Amino acid sequence: MLLNSIQIDDTFAEAFNMRGTRVIITAQNHKWAYHAANAMTGFATSVIGCGVEAGIEREMTAEETPDGRPGVSILMFAMGSKVLMQQLETRMGQCILTCPTAAAFSGIASEDMISLGKHLRYFGDGYQTSKLIAGKRYWRIPVMDGEFLTEETTGMVRAIGGGNFLILATSQPAALAAAETAIDAMKKIPNVIMPFPGGVVRSGSKVGSKYKSMFASTNDAFCPTLKGVTNSELSPEIESVMEIVIDGLTFDDIALSMKAGIEAICALGPASGVKRISAGNYGGKLGPHLFNLHEILKKTG
Amino acid sequence: MNALTFTLKQNLQQSINCSALTPDNLAGKTAAEIGSISLTSDKHPLRAADVFEISGSDTQQLCFKNATARLDYIGAGMSSGSITVEGDAGAYLGSGMRNGEILCTGNTAAFAASNMRGGLLTINGNTGDFLGAGSEGSRKGMLGGTVIVRGNAGDRAGDQMRRGLILIEGNAGDYCGSRMIAGTIGVLGDLGVYTAFNMHRGTLLLKKKPQLHATMQDCGIHTLPFLNLLFKSFSKYNTSFSALNSLRAQRFVGDSAYGGNGEILILSA
Repeated sequence: MLLNSIQIDDTFAEAFNMRGTRVIITAQNHKWAYHAANAMTGFATSVIGCGVEAGIEREMTAEETPDGRPGVSILMFAMGSKVLMQQLETRMGQCILTCPTAAAFSGIASEDMISLGKHLRYFGDGYQTSKLIAGKRYWRIPVMDGEFLTEETTGMVRAIGGGNFLILATSQPAALAAAETAIDAMKKIPNVIMPFPGGVVRSGSKVGSKYKSMFASTNDAFCPTLKGVTNSELSPEIESVMEIVIDGLTFDDIALSMKAGIEAICALGPASGVKRISAGNYGGKLGPHLFNLHEILKKTG
Repeated sequence: MNALTFTLKQNLQQSINCSALTPDNLAGKTAAEIGSISLTSDKHPLRAADVFEISGSDTQQLCFKNATARLDYIGAGMSSGSITVEGDAGAYLGSGMRNGEILCTGNTAAFAASNMRGGLLTINGNTGDFLGAGSEGSRKGMLGGTVIVRGNAGDRAGDQMRRGLILIEGNAGDYCGSRMIAGTIGVLGDLGVYTAFNMHRGTLLLKKKPQLHATMQDCGIHTLPFLNLLFKSFSKYNTSFSALNSLRAQRFVGDSAYGGNGEILILSA
């Protein structure tokens, strides 16, 4: 399949089940909301080494947030509920509690509610105050800058992680520029995050390794410098490959963001240096959710 | 269907207990069955049909007309539907109610909303002592729900209150929030003496600073972002509290004679 003269491979991205949550972080202004959110979603690129995958979903106006202050919403995903709960509590304690003027609120409703500030309240050493407002419980914890306000719990939902596509280009700058264009388009889609630095990952992995201790290793079939020595997927003119990984609340959310990203790249045309779009297909070894590129691009809406 | 309406026929010589006349108790009952409900427990029982002219049929919407302070326990323990009291209500209006709505257009006697657990009680006039308190012998007052008083409240409003919201647009008497365990009481008018006496936890939100006893400790004036959440929750009730928007408040904590951690917030103008 060709889209604006760029080849779309007949393949699929393979994704797996995760647990996810959304937290709304507010502060005195957007600057400090971002400081808190950036800290909270820092070192959260891949569950392989970080425990969770997290990112900023979008900026929120003062009118949209629970406490009427500027804010951002973040999404956080983990392989299991236990890790998600533990990581959320740790990051709340170290990143939100500590950040001047920041407050945290539940950003998603669910039957499964997990602790947001429920245990953090003990930092108040007995001076913490609970308020049940409109059916939701909040904690006010006295801190040196005034009061830290947090909702007691947030929702935990079933989610999907590992949606992805690969950008194959004739040079490294061309591949990265196309990836940036895709990320700009994908950030407009709700319910998804691209957890890697700037949304882009250059070290895509395959499942398994020649070393026993490694369960993931470099995706040699897409490494341009290995074209001659491995069963390469790359044609001679491809010099660089970038991957965009997407975690989202539902299959459709991820599909929609992949479509937005791929279409934005294809709109650049072949002069951009992008030759092909492919995806991380692990032959069914990674997870049950398959995002077929051709089907996604045919979807409307 | 029209609201099931109980119009008081004559001035009562004695108080009667109307707790049997709630949407929950009347659901599915015929007019004859409703008329035969006994409202007193003494030697001279009064049936509902003796006291009230009964009309209408919607048991989920009740209306008391020509109501007076002789009608005690209106809406007590109700858990659904709505009750409108046109006139005054006696003691224990909405006592122990769990859900639903009660509107009283006149004044009420003492113990309105006592032991209330949920729902919305609105009193357009004044209310007596022990609003939202615990009834006699009870160790806890109101446990949830919302009470709006457009007039004044008597003494001991919110005594031993455990949870919920009381909004008083007028004045409150002495000992407002006494022995309060948790919850929120807002008062826009003046208060009597001994406000928050033996308060344990909870919030008193005031427009005017009352005369406070020595065991209420001044913690200074602060900007409190949580007030935004509180003000937002007030907006649906259509009261003068909807006009509040200042996040600046002087914070008093106490009652320290009781080891209490309750707070009195005096909102800045």
